[in-house]
Amino acid sequence: MSAADVFKPFLMKIEQVTEETPDVKTLRLVFADDHEGKDFNFRTGQFGEYSVFGEGECTLCIASPPTRKDYIECTFRKAGRVTQALANLEPGETVGFRGPYGNIFPIQEWEKKNLLFIAGGIALPPMRSVIWNVLDLRDCYKDITIVYGARTVSDLVYKRELEEWGLRSDVKLITTVDPGGETADWKSEIGFVPAVLDKTALSSRNTVAVVCGPPVMIKFTFPVLAKLGFAPENIFTTLENRMKCGVGKCGRCNVGKYFVCKDGPVFTFAQLQEMPQEY
Amino acid sequence: METENKLIRRDALEKLFSQWLAEGKRILAPKKCGDKIDFAPVQTLDEVSLDQVQTVQSPKTAVFPRVEELFSFKSMDGRVQIRERDNDALPETVIFGLRPCDAAAFASLAAIFTWDCPDSLFSARLGKMTIVGLACARADEYCFCTAVGGGPGATQGSDVLLTKVSGDEYLAEILTAKGRSVAQAGAGLFKAATAETKESHLAKVEPAFALDKITPALAAWFDDAAFWEEQSRRCLGCGACAYVCPTCACFDIQDEGGVSGKRLRCWDSCGFSLFTLHTSGHNPRPLQSQRWRQRLMHKFAYMPERQQVLGCVGCGRCSRACPVDMNILEHLRAIAEAKP
Repeated sequence: MSAADVFKPFLMKIEQVTEETPDVKTLRLVFADDHEGKDFNFRTGQFGEYSVFGEGECTLCIASPPTRKDYIECTFRKAGRVTQALANLEPGETVGFRGPYGNIFPIQEWEKKNLLFIAGGIALPPMRSVIWNVLDLRDCYKDITIVYGARTVSDLVYKRELEEWGLRSDVKLITTVDPGGETADWKSEIGFVPAVLDKTALSSRNTVAVVCGPPVMIKFTFPVLAKLGFAPENIFTTLENRMKCGVGKCGRCNVGKYFVCKDGPVFTFAQLQEMPQEY
Repeated sequence: METENKLIRRDALEKLFSQWLAEGKRILAPKKCGDKIDFAPVQTLDEVSLDQVQTVQSPKTAVFPRVEELFSFKSMDGRVQIRERDNDALPETVIFGLRPCDAAAFASLAAIFTWDCPDSLFSARLGKMTIVGLACARADEYCFCTAVGGGPGATQGSDVLLTKVSGDEYLAEILTAKGRSVAQAGAGLFKAATAETKESHLAKVEPAFALDKITPALAAWFDDAAFWEEQSRRCLGCGACAYVCPTCACFDIQDEGGVSGKRLRCWDSCGFSLFTLHTSGHNPRPLQSQRWRQRLMHKFAYMPERQQVLGCVGCGRCSRACPVDMNILEHLRAIAEAKP
């Protein structure tokens, strides 16, 4: 890539639009230029800048795994100007993508370990990439447990995939909704993610935990993981500070001296303990 | 490169201006614009204002304009065409008469824009720029270049540094390869220097604080919310300090012009409350005190550690521009002198 191109996005064609919840969508994107697509590589945990031309860019993780090479996916809630515009697009239309940026979930280091994924609400997408990545390499890992919660049943994203994971004998899936968010036919847990996690009394032996969620969920989940015996360096999360450039220049995603876009977005709890609370 | 000293008279400088223009170069220099003196395109030396302590705006606009187009795009029937900028078409520029602090600031800007990956637009602009600095014969109470590694006659960043040594004569230090090109192109205009030295012609700027105390003191104060609240009580969060700063480089990226428009890079500031605001409403730096802390930490702690360069050159513009008279010197002294 020539030096000229750091802000020039790839042109991507929308191949598929999935409505996850009334205000959350997943877009499957393919490279408009086959050659660019062939040269494109990313690793799980990385993110990009997605753009609707005329509206601007927004920062989203790559929600699909690198094991599925022909496309990338992003999942977003309609919230701001760009996500509203993204949500209005249809298959065949063109968006921009810059990336991949940032560091990765070190899944090679996790081989032969148990994996515990804990996610809340709209924070499942970054974890979905790593979940499918390890499921596509299932033999490399031991027990895989997923704890996922949302405010209400309707706020759970990837319902079809949750069903698929729930049916798999090699995945233990625990879903929960906040008290009052259940429907009449809801058969899973009711309660906040940290409380549900506490109840599972999972072993921390030879286990890596990955936590993604709103700040309040993260705050109350760390103590539970500590109680279960997880060492801070075995707890991973991905931070989502506001970004514009994605490449360490625009000046807003920093947490102390660290750039979320360059040094992250993936950090261990051990690292977070050394960093100021600017996330 | 070994520095070469020459002398040039004002009338020869005038000829040098004509020569630059004849070569197709753009000349930017301090110019009186209304009641302000700022960098603007000039044709003659007579248009240049040379005696002010500082311009209001810094010369960073020459490499990092307030708003610049990254590329343009055209959308039709769901297809998009991107038209890239032609960086080769950027003008060759001589920036003339900037102060040594401003010349030094380009190193801080370059560190921010290129520390991790290239930024072609910034680098193209800087590459096409020849920097002819002018040493300071005067300073004011806001100047503190000598506390941050600079000085009224410091050469860092300049290709040629001029020091006025008599009524119409300037000592010209030829400092870089670009500087040598200037001297060679204007061969008949420069004279061999005598034993003239610049020191007696420079302003006196006493070091205002001990820089080596600042970074550790900042780290020690970091978690003291009351200290930062006190430091920033007056701050309006207006961002004037960042906009006049020669090293502040935080930016936003915005689209303009609808489906067939432009993607723009625009100045931004860590002092703005919206700067770090998430779409969810969560804000990692919700308080002005945290944003003020970020400003100082970035310049005096994070940049030295991550990019091996300070984010401050001591020009004093932030203090001059502040509508509520926050003087960065007072703040830095308080940080360095008080014990956390």
